[in-house]
Order: sequence, then structure tokens, then C-alpha cells
Amino acid sequence: MQAFTTVHGIMAALPAANIDTDVIMPKQFLKGIDRAGLADGCFHDLRFDAQGVLRKDFVLNQSPWNRSSFLVTGPNFGCGSSREHAVWGLRQLGIRALLGTSFAGIFYDNCLRNGVLAVSLPDRYWQELVQLAQKPAHAALAIDLPAGKLTLTDGRTLPFELDALSREALIEGRDAIDSTLRFAALIGRFEQAHHAAKPWLA
Amino acid sequence: MPAPRTLYAKLVDDHTVRTLDDDGHVLLYIDRQVLNEYTSPQAFSGLRDAGRRVRRPRSALAVVDHVNPTVPKRGPAMADPGGQRQADYLAQNCQDFGIELFDVLDPRQGIEHVVAPEQGFILPGMVVAAGDSHTTTYGALGALGFGIGTSEIEHLLATQTLVYRRLKTMRVRVDGKPAPGTSAKDIVMALIRQIGAAGAAGYVIEFVGSAITSLGVAGRMTICNMAVEAGARGALVAPDAKVYAFLRHLPRTPQGAVWEAALRDWQTLRSDDDAVFDRDIQLDSDRLEPLVTWGTSPDQAVPIGGHVPNPTEENDSARRRDMQRAIAYMGLTPGMPVRDIAITHAFIGSCTNARIEDLREVADILRHRRVAHGVRAIIVPSSSAVRRQAEREGLDRIFVNAGFEWRQSGCSMCLAMNGDALKPGERCASSTNRNFEGRQGTGARTHLMSPVMVAAAAIYGRLTDVRELISGD
Ligand code: SF4
Repeated sequence: MQAFTTVHGIMAALPAANIDTDVIMPKQFLKGIDRAGLADGCFHDLRFDAQGVLRKDFVLNQSPWNRSSFLVTGPNFGCGSSREHAVWGLRQLGIRALLGTSFAGIFYDNCLRNGVLAVSLPDRYWQELVQLAQKPAHAALAIDLPAGKLTLTDGRTLPFELDALSREALIEGRDAIDSTLRFAALIGRFEQAHHAAKPWLA
Repeated sequence: MPAPRTLYAKLVDDHTVRTLDDDGHVLLYIDRQVLNEYTSPQAFSGLRDAGRRVRRPRSALAVVDHVNPTVPKRGPAMADPGGQRQADYLAQNCQDFGIELFDVLDPRQGIEHVVAPEQGFILPGMVVAAGDSHTTTYGALGALGFGIGTSEIEHLLATQTLVYRRLKTMRVRVDGKPAPGTSAKDIVMALIRQIGAAGAAGYVIEFVGSAITSLGVAGRMTICNMAVEAGARGALVAPDAKVYAFLRHLPRTPQGAVWEAALRDWQTLRSDDDAVFDRDIQLDSDRLEPLVTWGTSPDQAVPIGGHVPNPTEENDSARRRDMQRAIAYMGLTPGMPVRDIAITHAFIGSCTNARIEDLREVADILRHRRVAHGVRAIIVPSSSAVRRQAEREGLDRIFVNAGFEWRQSGCSMCLAMNGDALKPGERCASSTNRNFEGRQGTGARTHLMSPVMVAAAAIYGRLTDVRELISGD
């Protein structure tokens, strides 16, 4: 997993509520057995028309947002299906962070596991980012995760919060399975006691 | 005296291997995992790449459900090479890692959330995780089920645990008795409408009240299943005698002394009287009406006597834009009665509403009636066992005589991964759980409702109040 410390990039605004994972990664891209080739699938039906031609009216097809590293997302972003393909696709499209008000639970966890920062901001900060993201001259942003701040084009900074465990995991880009396997012996002891007390769970 | 606890807290406490921080993160032991062909492949590849093994293969059950064809005669090969590759890779993974698989032709095959309970694989007090958001269904049995992504599946297979953050708790009380023509589906749709598609985000819901306890296990499954459409990461109903009766004779249910001990333990699976919930919600099921969605989010619903809302009457500008967009996508006119919405398709299926109980109710509506001209109507039972049971009861003949297609089991047009898909602009009355843009096919339009409401819509070719078809009783 790629570590996330300080990342500079362009942000694009996708402020609609309840953008679900069917929209982020439509079903026709779920047929693989690996993670490859999902950049095309990402927001496919918004980015391409029925003939496969780029839709000029979609923000991620317009300059400078076709180079976006960040999305300013609406409430409950990533709701619906658990498909991690949605996050793999965002990542392959070059997205490193999502700046929103709220994220669906499974989707949020999937982001964390793939080095994508998902930040829930207070409403007034979020409103401001939505406005700025729509102005090409102000759509650039720097995200400093260790310091917990966003730096805008005019030099102002906005603080953001993330729980310590998630922050560390992102900053170190560490493998979650390795971390847990440190407790392998403890898991074994727990399991034995669990099944001894309640054999129907075994 | 120990502090009173919610059922949810008891389940999490009981499965906590280790507390990880003061923010609510724990290392959570998982009793069972269910695997499907489309969210598991990369997890197995990850294990292979890292040279890791599956820690506890017997805790896992694998089912092919999303990509399989539901044509009436099913062969060993799929027409779709992508689906075939996923099914083949799942079979190979199950063989190499020693996991039991219900493949496409297995008589126990079906939608995972239906098949696992049918087998007695899920028991009260368990914690279950699976690569599908509707894993919340198991709450109907008093098991904490929740969906996870593919990286988490890999973590779970390798460690039998997950790094888990405790949720806030919401108690939803539903008292009264649903009137004829309304059902569990209307209860959960009413909840989603009331609190919104993110209304339970960050929460686990416990459903309580006389309307819930009077439901059978199937109705409770419908409610727990669709709670995720309100953003809930888990849903629970305290198990009772109906649950024990449901489990008693299933293939994997424990027997003898172990069953007796389990029964004693399950009595404790309830929230203590003084347990405090972070949020309390009240729904009144006496005034419940059949609901239908008009938009592209499950919370965009109205009673069947209602109208498509008018965005100009919405003060919040963001909400107004979302409404306009949904109405445009759905091809509707603001203010029109929803009963004027004509359909091209009727679909009864999915893990929400295609159990035998649903099919019996649908058969009661369809008996001696015909699907309207120009409507393609399809029933996909939720499992092969449900299909056989329906055929034993003669329900299939009622469906076919009414003009419905009678299919093999699977997810089918609930998410349209297997080729059962709508074309752009086609409009479907659907007993499923998601009306998202493109869910049932690119450009397709979905109206969610209960299965009997789908049957009524099929008969009239437009959204219809099913109560008019049962009022003669
Ligand atoms: S029936 Fe639909 S909701 Fe249920 S598991 Fe299948 S695709 Fe998911």
C-alpha cells in the first residue's frame, strides 16, 4: 500500500448526495479476478456516452480536473454495494483522497485499506471546498496528513481530523494482515476459549 | 451490578480478542464468513501472492450467486466468459484452501444470504462477515452480520479476525400490526424514508416492538437486509422461539446436549432493560401504507397514493438538485401521481424478497389473473431450495399461468451482472433493494416495492395499490 503523507493535487467537485458504488464502478467491470483495468470503469456511465465517447459535460473530463488527485464528495459517498472495485478504480484513476461530509461504512474501510484518505469535514469547510474546486485557479490543494491540515491556493489552512489508528495505517502504508498476525498467538488462545465455552460456534 | 448492555455490545464484547485503542477499535473474532465469486477472487490472489493460508477453512462457505444464469435449464458452462472465469477461480480456491462450495449446479445453491441461513450455517450470537453489504440479513437470527470489502476478506481469511470499530446504537421501535397489503418491506422502506439513506450511517440498528416480534423470520430478514439502505452497518432482532423453531431441523444446526446448551445461552441474547441506545426512532405500523420509490435512492419513496415530488417546493438547494437529477433520470414529471407510472418489466427476486413466504403471497395475488400486455414479468427464487418448495406447492404453475417467467435462483436482475439486464429507458417494478442509476442495466429505471406490489403492477402495467386486489376478502 502506498503511504500517504503530504500530497499535492487538483480537486474536483462531485457534491451530489448518495453517489453509490454502482455509479462509481458499474457492474460490467466486476467480472475480473484481479484488480487490473478498472480506471476505465470508474464513473463509466458518467464519463462516457453510449457510444463510448467522453462526455464533455462531466467534470472529470474537463481540464484541469481530468488530472484530479482529490474529489470533493457529497454526503453518504460510496453507499450501496461493498465492491472494493470502486476504490481500486478511483485509485487507478489517480485519486488519492476524498474530501466529503460523510462516507458509507464499508466504502470508508475499503479506502483505508487501499491508501485512499477519506476525510469527513465540517459543513462550512466542505462548502468552501466545493466552491473553490469549481474555479480552475483555486482547485489546487495540498493535504498534509501527519499535520492534519489542508492548504488552499491562497495559503490558508483548514484542519481535519482522523482517528489515530487509521492515520498511522495510512502514513505508514503498512500491511494490515501483518499487523494483526503479531497477535496470532492471542487469537489462537481466544479461539480455544470461545469454542470451549460455546461449542456450537466452532 | 454490571452496567446494562445492548445486545450489540454483548455480541462485540463476546468476540473481542483485544482492544486496540480508546477510539472504539477492537480486534474482532469472526465466527463465520460467506464467500461469493465476485468479491473474493482478489482476496485469494492476495493470499497466494503472500504465501498465506486460510486460517480456518471450516468457518467459511462459498456460494456462486451473482454471475450465474437463471435460465430455466441450467448447464455446467456459462455463456459469459467473465462469469465463468470467476466461478472457476472460486472453485479452484475452494479446492486449494479446503473451503466448502455450493456451485451453480449444487441443489443447495442460491443467494448467499438465503442459502447460509437455510443450512443452519448462521446461528444466534454469531458474528458473521462477508463480501456483500446485505450480510446484515443475519441479524434476523440474532447474529451480527456485516459486509466487508475484498481486502478485509483477505484479512479475515488469513486471521479469522477483523480490525473493527464499534458502532453507535440505534433502537427502532415498530409497534402495531401492518394492515393487509403492507409487509416487512413497507416497514423498512418507511424507516429509510423517515431517516434517509444515510440516516443510520455509523450505527447498528436493533429492531424492537410488537410489529417486529409478530413477524416471522423471513420478514425480519427482509428488514435486516434492507437496513443497510439506511446506511446501517448492522441490524439485529433479539432471537426468540420463532428463531429457534426456524433453526431446529436445519442440516448444520447443533443437536442434543449442544443444542440445549445453545438454547440456554441464546436466552441471554437481548438488550438489558436499562440499556442505553445512542438514538431512538419510533415507527407506527398501524398507519403504514404500501410504499414505492420514485427516485434513484431508496429513501426517495412515497405511499402508492402519493405523487412524484416537485423539486421547486424543496428549500435546500443541494437536495433540490438531487431531486431534479433523479426525476430526470427516471423520466418522470414532478407532481404526477405515482399510480400513473407505466412499467415495462416486473421483477420478483433478490435476497430481500424472494423467499418462499414472499412467493406464497405473490401467488395469492396472481391466482386467476394475467400480466398486462407489454409487460415482461420474471420471478427468480432466492435459492434452489425455495424453487423446489414453490414447485411442491404448485406456485410455479400459478406464476406461469399468469404470464410470469419462472427462473432458476440467483441474484439476477437485482444487480444485472449475469446478463438479466434492462435496456436504457426500460422501467421495472422490482422487489429488490436498490434503485440506483444503472443498477438493473445502464439507463434502466427501477421502482422498489414489496413483492405483492410488484405483482399488482405487473397485472395492471402500472404502479398499483395492491390493497385494491385484496379488499374483496
Ligand atoms: S440479490 Fe441483490 S442485493 Fe442480494 S446479494 Fe444478490 S445482488 Fe446483492
